[in-house]
Amino acid sequence: MSALLDVKGLRTVFETRAGTVCAVDGVDVEVRRGECLGIVGESGSGKSVTFASVMGLVRSPGRIDAGEILFDGRDLRKLSQKELRAVRGRDIAMTMQDALTALNPALTVGVQLAEVLEAHDETLPRGRRARTRAIRERSAEILGLVGIPSPDSRLSQYPHEFSGGMRQRIMIAIALACRPKLLIADEPTTALDVTIQAQVLELISDIRAKLGMSVVLITHDLGVVAEHCDRVMVMYAGQVVEEGPTTEVIGSPSHPYTRGLLGSIPRLALRGQPIHPIEGQVPDLIDLPAQCRFYSRCADRTDACLTPIAVRQVGPHRKARCILAGEDTQ
Amino acid sequence: MSTEPLLKVENLTKHYVGRLSLAQRLAREKPSVVRAVSDVSLEVRKGEILGLIGESGCGKSTLGRAILRLHEPTSGRVTFDGQEVTTLDPMALKDIRRRMQIIFQDPYASLNPRRTVAEIVGLPLKLHDLATSADDLRAKVIAIIERIGLKANQLDRYPHQFSGGQRQRIGIARALISNPDFIVCDEPVSALDVSIQAQIIELLLELKREMGLTYLFISHDISVIGYLADRVAVMYLGEIVEMGPVDAVLSAPRHPYTQSLMSAVPDVDHPGHAQRVRLTGDLPSPLDPPSGCKFHTRCPLAVDRCRSEAPISEDLGGGHRAACHRLHEKLSLLETA
Repeated sequence: MSALLDVKGLRTVFETRAGTVCAVDGVDVEVRRGECLGIVGESGSGKSVTFASVMGLVRSPGRIDAGEILFDGRDLRKLSQKELRAVRGRDIAMTMQDALTALNPALTVGVQLAEVLEAHDETLPRGRRARTRAIRERSAEILGLVGIPSPDSRLSQYPHEFSGGMRQRIMIAIALACRPKLLIADEPTTALDVTIQAQVLELISDIRAKLGMSVVLITHDLGVVAEHCDRVMVMYAGQVVEEGPTTEVIGSPSHPYTRGLLGSIPRLALRGQPIHPIEGQVPDLIDLPAQCRFYSRCADRTDACLTPIAVRQVGPHRKARCILAGEDTQ
Repeated sequence: MSTEPLLKVENLTKHYVGRLSLAQRLAREKPSVVRAVSDVSLEVRKGEILGLIGESGCGKSTLGRAILRLHEPTSGRVTFDGQEVTTLDPMALKDIRRRMQIIFQDPYASLNPRRTVAEIVGLPLKLHDLATSADDLRAKVIAIIERIGLKANQLDRYPHQFSGGQRQRIGIARALISNPDFIVCDEPVSALDVSIQAQIIELLLELKREMGLTYLFISHDISVIGYLADRVAVMYLGEIVEMGPVDAVLSAPRHPYTQSLMSAVPDVDHPGHAQRVRLTGDLPSPLDPPSGCKFHTRCPLAVDRCRSEAPISEDLGGGHRAACHRLHEKLSLLETA
C-alpha cells in the first residue's frame, strides 16, 4: 500500500538579514497508514519546520524552496489555497506545542470546536437549529472522547479555566474533530508534568487505534519515542540523519549523533553509569559548509566526512547519513 | 562525605495570602491562602546532593527560595552551618548569602539583558567586597568564566549573544564566584536540549568535586535526579511524601505517588512497560488542598482513613521515610517486573 504522506526532497528556507537560513534541507519523510512515526531532534533541527511546511503554514520570510509533499497521492504544494483548506483540518490536523497560546483565549472551547466542524463536516444537517444542535452534540462527544469530564457544561468555558493537561486534550479534540487520516502532534507533552504526559500520550495512542489514523509525534524525548512510536526519524541541523524501526534504532543506533543522544540522557535502568555529553553546539544554519553537519562534534570523524554525505540504506528498513554506518561501529 | 548537616530545615511553611479588595474586606471575606509549602523538614549534609523532585506547583521551587529567604518563610526554621538563617538581620543575611547561592531554571530570564557577562558575573564580588581592585575583579571573573567553559574574549558580550547552554554556564559562574558552600540548583537543566543538558550536568558534578560544594538539586526529571543525587525527597502539594537514599527510593519506592511518578517516566530501556500506573485527574489546587492525605484524590490505593486523617512520615530504616497510611500493607502499584 502506498504511504499516506510522502515528502520528497523538501527544502524550506528563511531569508534573514544575516543570510539565508536553510532550516530544512532535502528532507524525505514517509508516513505509512496507521503507523506512529516519531521525529526526534534538538531545537533548530528542523523537525517542526518540516511539518509546518507539510501543513502549508510557513509564512514569509520563510518559503518552501523545493520538494514534493504527496498526501494520499496529491501534491499539496500544487493545490490552491482553497483546495488546501479543505485538506487541512479535515484530512491532516496538527496540534501545537503550547496549548495556552494556540487556543484563542477570547472564545469558549465550544466555539473553537464548532469552527472546525462548521468548516469541514459535510454530514451536518442544513437547517439552522438542527445544525446548531448537531454541532453541540458532536462537540460534547469529542470532548468526551479525549477524556474531559462533564463535556456538556465545559463547552461553554474558556481555555484559562482548564489545567495544562486539559488544554492539551482540548487541542487534540479540535484536531480530531473531523477524524483526520493524519495527526501531526508537535511536542504535545513538553510543557506537561510526567503523570499528565503519560495520560495525554496514552490518549493519542488509544485514539489512533480506535480511528486507525496515522500519527507523527514530534519530540525531543527518546523515551516517548521508545514507548509510542513504530518508527523513528532523527533530525540534525535540517537533515535526516537516521531512520528506522524504533527498537532497532534505539537498540543499535547507526549514526554517531543518535548514539550521542542516547549516551547523553541519564537513564534510570543504567543508574551508576556515567553519561557522555556530545561536546560542542549545533552549527549555525547560515552558510553551512558542504560537509557532514555533525563533523565538528563527531568522535568518529575522518577526512572523508568533509565531503557531502548522502542518506543511504544501512539495513532492510534502515537508513543513515554517515559513511561509517552499517560497518562495525561497536 | 560527612554526616553532619550543613543545612537543616525544620517545619518550614510558606503560605501566600491573597489580597482583598475594599469591598471584600467590608464584607469580611477571608483572603485566599495558597499553601505552597507546609511543614517541611529536611537536612542536607555537607558534600552531598539532595534531589528534590515533584510536579509543577508542588512547591519545590518555593521551598528552595524560602531556604535562602528569597521568599520570607511563614513559619519554621532554617539553620545553615549552625547559624539560624530565619532570624538573621539584613546585614548578616547578606553575609551568609555569600555562602548560599542559587542557579535558576530559565537562562533567558535570569540574566540582565543590559549588562555584559563581566558585569553579571562580577557583581557578587562587588556586593560582598571580595575584590581588592578592578584588576583583581577582572582576573577573578576571567578565572571562573574559563573554568565554566567560556572564553575570556566573550566577557564583554551581552546575554543575548549566547546560546541557552552558554547562558546557563554564565548563571553558574555568577553563583560560584563568591566561593559558596551551598547551592540551590532550581531546575538548571530543564530548559536545555538533551545534549547540552548532559554537558551542564557533568559541569555541575565536576565543580562540586573541585570546590567541595553541597547542592539542593530541584528537578522534575527523575532520571536526572537518579543520576546525580545522593538522597532524594519527593514533594506533593507542598509536603514531602517520601525521602531517602536515592538507591532505596528509586529501586523500591514506598509511597504510591513516588511509584506512579516513576512508572510515568517514558523509558528508553523498557518501552511499553505494562506496569504503568495511571494516575487520573490533575494536581489539586494548593488554594484548597484535599483533607487528610493530600494525595488521596488521585491515589489508586486510597481508603476512607486517607480522606480524613493526614499520614505521619515514618522511618523505614536506613534514612528512608515515607508518609502513607498503607505503608505496612506491602502494597505496590508496580508489579515486580
